[in-house]
Amino acid sequence: MSENCVNGTFREQHADAEKVDTILQIEDVSIKFGDFNAIKHVTTSVEDHEVRFFIGPNGAGKTTILDAICGKNKISGGKIIYQQEYDVTKLKEHVIAEIGIGRKFQAPSVFNGITIDENMELATARKHTLYSTTFHKLSKEKRDYMNYVLEFIGLQDKRFQYPTRLSHGEKQWLEIGMIMAARPRLILLDEPVAGMGRRETEKTADLLQAMKRNCAIVVVEHDMQFAKDVSDSVTVFHEGMILDEGTMDSVQHNQEVIDVYLGRGGEKGA
Amino acid sequence: MKKKVLVILIFLFLATAPLYMSMFRISLLGKYICYAIVAIGLDVIWGYTGILSLGHGVYFGLGAYCMAMYLKLEASQGAMPDFMVWSGLAELPWFWKPFANPVFAIGMVILVPMAVAVVIGYLTFLNRIKGVYFSILSQALAMILSVLLIGSQGYTGGSNGLTNFTAVFGNSLSSPMTKLVLFYVSLAVLILIYLACQFIMKQRTGKILVAIRDGENRVRFTGYNPAKYKVFVYALSAAIAGIAGALYVTQVGIISPGEVGINPSVTMIIWVAVGGKGTLVGPILGALLVNAMKTIASENFPEIWSYFIGILFVVVILWLPGGLISLNELPAKWKKKFGKQEAEEEFEEVMPGAEEVQICRKIV
Repeated sequence: MSENCVNGTFREQHADAEKVDTILQIEDVSIKFGDFNAIKHVTTSVEDHEVRFFIGPNGAGKTTILDAICGKNKISGGKIIYQQEYDVTKLKEHVIAEIGIGRKFQAPSVFNGITIDENMELATARKHTLYSTTFHKLSKEKRDYMNYVLEFIGLQDKRFQYPTRLSHGEKQWLEIGMIMAARPRLILLDEPVAGMGRRETEKTADLLQAMKRNCAIVVVEHDMQFAKDVSDSVTVFHEGMILDEGTMDSVQHNQEVIDVYLGRGGEKGA
Repeated sequence: MKKKVLVILIFLFLATAPLYMSMFRISLLGKYICYAIVAIGLDVIWGYTGILSLGHGVYFGLGAYCMAMYLKLEASQGAMPDFMVWSGLAELPWFWKPFANPVFAIGMVILVPMAVAVVIGYLTFLNRIKGVYFSILSQALAMILSVLLIGSQGYTGGSNGLTNFTAVFGNSLSSPMTKLVLFYVSLAVLILIYLACQFIMKQRTGKILVAIRDGENRVRFTGYNPAKYKVFVYALSAAIAGIAGALYVTQVGIISPGEVGINPSVTMIIWVAVGGKGTLVGPILGALLVNAMKTIASENFPEIWSYFIGILFVVVILWLPGGLISLNELPAKWKKKFGKQEAEEEFEEVMPGAEEVQICRKIV
């Protein structure tokens, strides 16, 4: 059921997207905050169905670039092309979300005033017009998919509770579930396993593996074991520039990377 | 569930009130019903969406003035309204003319506040002006309108406002029958607006409004445009306030800039806060009770009645942040609070060095 649901309507809406291999191209992007150059001429690209990790010491600009992709930060130079079609730097945040880029922030940010079920409902709906949110219920197909996601993240039993009662890990999953429910083509995750125990981290790793069948994922993370388990490729940032890029194995043996980052054992004991 | 029972009880009480209350009391109650309608509109935007508008008197006033223009023309029976003659106007201003038609006037009661709210909402929410800045802006709006109304004496009746109405739809306003009908019309409108708002809040639109209150940015990254929803809810609450204003002026018989400015706008906030924001029944309860209390206090203690309202407000803000509607949760809350205190005390006794700490405290 899962495969059908995931692929069904989504593929229809993004029929052309299937042909696209490169889902995100970051071309010569620079970002300035006042006089401070947070990102300097960064170029990289992400393929479909790829799990890309952005790693590097604090302040290297990993989150800054995620913010730029989802429209939260303005860039001062370069281009960010999504699906070889949209220049996301010219779009508003909600439009970027609508064309299939999902973003999860570092701190879990779910809506506490509505139930888990309603949180998911908002995320699942594809039509975001006032008319449809007032007069239309979710279609059966969407409800099924929503139930599937709820089960997937293990919150089926708690669906009518308010998120305030969830543990930290569960909140993170709910938020990941909300992003899944929107069926994006590209998911941006900022430290999804920060503050999670080993078991929860492993569960999140499984979740990402399952999710990547339908989309590309970019993850900012300090947990090196998690990066090793889940990543297809890794980009190492240092002081706003790319230090190295490749598989986890190859970057691990780069002397420069070891010096600035890995040598210190990652940020949180790898 | 309890809230549903409460709201049915309130509606039943209002519906049966004419059986055991004097006509004078019924007129007052009719006025309070109008206040309750505004309070619902205000709660939709403040309690649910988290936008504090300190200028809803504007929309109440716009609705009231639109209706009053019709009532004034009806009372003048084709002649110039009296205040225009006093101000030396030779001819009825062009924008007054269509208001001779009651259907047009009622349409404007809803459309004018909505249009103003859409324009202002569009400009502010699209530019992401929010929080305190929006509140200040909305309050400035209330001030501007009242100054404008006072300033253009010849068109609006100045600080006296519009009054001396005689009839509505050909029925004399002084007859008890008309008054009773108006009372029930107000009640029906209250119930309708309550049901409509309840419907909206149960749909996804309502959930999005609550989500905007909890995290506007997150709503944006979920793919919804919060500005659109905020403009919608602002226009909705403006329209509701306008309707309330029209019902108010018809029953009370006067609208003046004093009922449009900052003071009444803030009073409206008090009704919602006292009743309980974030629930639709809370504001109804708040508007009815605060005003009933105001009447009783001002009849019995004419010199110090305003202190009672002040005290009520302070008590609710300090001990009942959820408003009167959360009164039933109070015992559980106290139990929790005092239970916790006991536990802490026990803990302090067991803690090593607790005695020293106590001694130090005494010395300090």
